[in-house]
Amino acid sequence: MRKKKKALKAAFPHTIPVLLGYLFIGIAFGILLRDKGLGAGWAALMSTLIYAGSMQFVALNFFAGGWSLASIALMTLMVNLRHMFYGLSMLDAFKSMGRKKPYMVFSLTDETFSLLCSAQPPEGVDKDSFLFCMALLDHVYWIAGSVLGSLIGSLIPFDSTGIDFAMTALFVVIFVEQWKAMRNHLPALAGVGAALLCLGLFGPDRFILPTLVLIAGLLALFRKSMAQEADAS
Amino acid sequence: MIPNASGTLFIILTVALVTLGTRALPFVLFPAGRKTPEWILSLGRALPPAMIGMLVVYCLKGVSPLVYPYGLPELFSVALVVLLQLWRHNTLISICGGTACYMLLIQMVFS
Repeated sequence: MRKKKKALKAAFPHTIPVLLGYLFIGIAFGILLRDKGLGAGWAALMSTLIYAGSMQFVALNFFAGGWSLASIALMTLMVNLRHMFYGLSMLDAFKSMGRKKPYMVFSLTDETFSLLCSAQPPEGVDKDSFLFCMALLDHVYWIAGSVLGSLIGSLIPFDSTGIDFAMTALFVVIFVEQWKAMRNHLPALAGVGAALLCLGLFGPDRFILPTLVLIAGLLALFRKSMAQEADAS
Repeated sequence: MIPNASGTLFIILTVALVTLGTRALPFVLFPAGRKTPEWILSLGRALPPAMIGMLVVYCLKGVSPLVYPYGLPELFSVALVVLLQLWRHNTLISICGGTACYMLLIQMVFS
């Protein structure tokens, strides 16, 4: 019990940026879902079971009707394909997770992935529990945000426009930290370069899939130089 | 219009299952008990920086550099986050500073 509490305490500060981002984006989602005629219970159900930010916004369109389950499944696959790459990066890290592993796999969102990549537990804190607590806290924030949005979304007293930039800032910080930690900058450059190129070619709504293919291709093609010193981090 | 409950539930379950599938597939293909091929592991090590780079671009995908405000709020705020991080090495300071800067810029300066 004390071990878990220690891990939770150590994990919490790392999750604050996600707390800000998830609360805000979750609230936005709750409000939009309510506009579709689905209240707080549905918001909680979706955020608990699906737990994928951008996908839940896409899913709002499904409720208007005209979508077969097959086309919904295909759309979901396209939007969430990037999660496979997160799993590939975490094969090693999750090996020792034991009973926590299924939940770690289920809860592997963009934001949790980025925390798992970057946050290190302090001395004396069990690493697996620390990672688990970060994943769990993020999930709780997301559910709380979407339920709050559904219940009180329209009552927010200050102009919170732009607070979701917290998420962008989080990714930028992690990018900077990884850049400093790794002497080999090719993978980072490949990611940014491929994404920018595909964004230009395919537009903001359809660039993720070609980006993933291009990144996989680049990493495979230049395997030797990409992997070099990657372990030194 | 109130969507019907069972239809809604089926939609949610479909999205949930496929999402879980995309997250679980690598672990199904390369179970912990068996030896994962070396090239998959080295791919796994090179992927995180590439994915984070992609996510940064993904977050900024809505920026249009050719129309007002020309992506300036994003540019300034991202630059501030980078500088703060290099200077103070404190994630919270960098994120709060950058976010506050962004909110001020889009609400007051470029509104």
